[in-house]
Amino acid sequence: MSKKVSEEKYKKTLTYRLKQWLDGEDLFTGTVEMKPQEPYKVDQAVSEQRHEEKKRLLEQIYDIEHNPEMRIFNKIYRLFAFLFCIFLVLMLLTAVSNLPTVGSADRPVNNEVAKRYIENGLQETGAVNIVTGMILDYRAFDTLGESHVLFVATCTVLILLREDKKKKAEQNQNNDRLYEPKNDVILQTVAKILVPPIVIFGIYVILCGHLGPGGGFSGGAIIGAGLILYQNAFGFHKTERFFTAKTYKVLSFSALACYALSKCYSFYTGANHLESGIPLGTPGAILSSGLIFVLNICVGIVVAGTMYTFYVMFRKGGY
Amino acid sequence: MQVFMKILLGFLLVCAISVSLSKKLLNSILIFMSYSLIMSIIWILLESPDLAITEAAVGAGITSVLFFVTLKKIQAMIKSENEEGEDKDE
Amino acid sequence: MNLANLFNNYEEAVAMILFGIGFSNLLLQKNLIKKIIGLNIMDTAVYLFLALKGYIEGRKAPIVVNGVQSVEAYINPIPSGLVLTGIVVSVSVTALMLSLTIRLYRRYHTLDLDEISTRLKKEGL
Repeated sequence: MSKKVSEEKYKKTLTYRLKQWLDGEDLFTGTVEMKPQEPYKVDQAVSEQRHEEKKRLLEQIYDIEHNPEMRIFNKIYRLFAFLFCIFLVLMLLTAVSNLPTVGSADRPVNNEVAKRYIENGLQETGAVNIVTGMILDYRAFDTLGESHVLFVATCTVLILLREDKKKKAEQNQNNDRLYEPKNDVILQTVAKILVPPIVIFGIYVILCGHLGPGGGFSGGAIIGAGLILYQNAFGFHKTERFFTAKTYKVLSFSALACYALSKCYSFYTGANHLESGIPLGTPGAILSSGLIFVLNICVGIVVAGTMYTFYVMFRKGGY
Repeated sequence: MQVFMKILLGFLLVCAISVSLSKKLLNSILIFMSYSLIMSIIWILLESPDLAITEAAVGAGITSVLFFVTLKKIQAMIKSENEEGEDKDE
Repeated sequence: MNLANLFNNYEEAVAMILFGIGFSNLLLQKNLIKKIIGLNIMDTAVYLFLALKGYIEGRKAPIVVNGVQSVEAYINPIPSGLVLTGIVVSVSVTALMLSLTIRLYRRYHTLDLDEISTRLKKEGL
């Protein structure tokens, strides 16, 4: 049986306070607030002195043209920078003169890693172009980091140069003639003839990246250049019919996610690549070399979108 | 081939020096574009065709176009200050 | 300093001189856009040096032809892969710096670095 205690004692127990807190009452009023402080009084003499110092600093010391000390500092800086550059070049030339001859075959650079890549490259990766097989199969982790560098650069340019559509709506109506082309006959005729071969050539360079020179980066840059030419000749209205902001977002995100998902296990296994289940086919055919074909296409799409986005952000500030 | 390589390297040095010494911005960007193109030819002489295609598409293409568009934006702002936002093609 | 060897490796010497020219552009020019061009020249000089490390005289490009797969027939492919990544990173950095230049120009209406830093100090106090 519990003992019944008096009212004041009950109000000091833990259960009563817990019940009050659960009901939503504030338990700590009057105990934890700060004591009121005195208001800040400005000392006249000190503030006047600060004002004087600031004025003197602005007018006399930070003025480059009239302050003689700043001019002397400028000249000394330029002299020392020049001397430092000459010293750096001389040091580098000394290092170059002690290196082995360019083009000789018995340098320490040509070690067993290059031997392994050349001799077993075709059987292990299935790619005829050894460099593509190297950057997309043996060292695919580095290419993953590089695609992310492109993505981050695009995000940063978007943050810096994007213009809000609602704020600039009035100015857009006046300045819209700045962005439209002038219907130049030569430019439009040449663009009509040249843009389809450029885009087809870019697609060919991407798809045959493992059979000859080229690959994802070069093909993506060529497609981006073709899109820039089209936009320059025909204006924003016609380009928006097939390449809007939503197109770029969907394509770029899905390509980068596809690449990242297929190679992200390298964070855990220490860059030792596992076998992908896709069979390597005969070397020399287009549909060979397993995962390299898919990765080439992903990298090409990311690079093409990035190059076009850079141009459009600089030109207009939006899509 | 050795003579050709020496001529191209000398051309590179001349381009790099004249970029820093020219007075107008437009001239220096054009010379930079040709510097990039000569670099792409040197890659072919060094037997790496991947690098040649990439440098030709990216260096002489995309980077130079970005420089030109930057110049256009800056000079458009100069004109729009003087004439208060009128057309550029006058 | 071995002068005879320096004239044998003339390609690498030219790459180093280009690096020095680009670096002095970065330090000594006043115009912002010429500084960015100087940085680009430095980048391409380093890529030239790297690609010269993989070149072997008398051998061909690393694309397998006719099933010949011996080490004696191809150049070293590894520096080529490194430079490929570097070229793409270089264009990203250039685009970023140019967009920063446009924003700086909108705010201060000048491309001269000395004036911008003077005005920054005046405002930052």
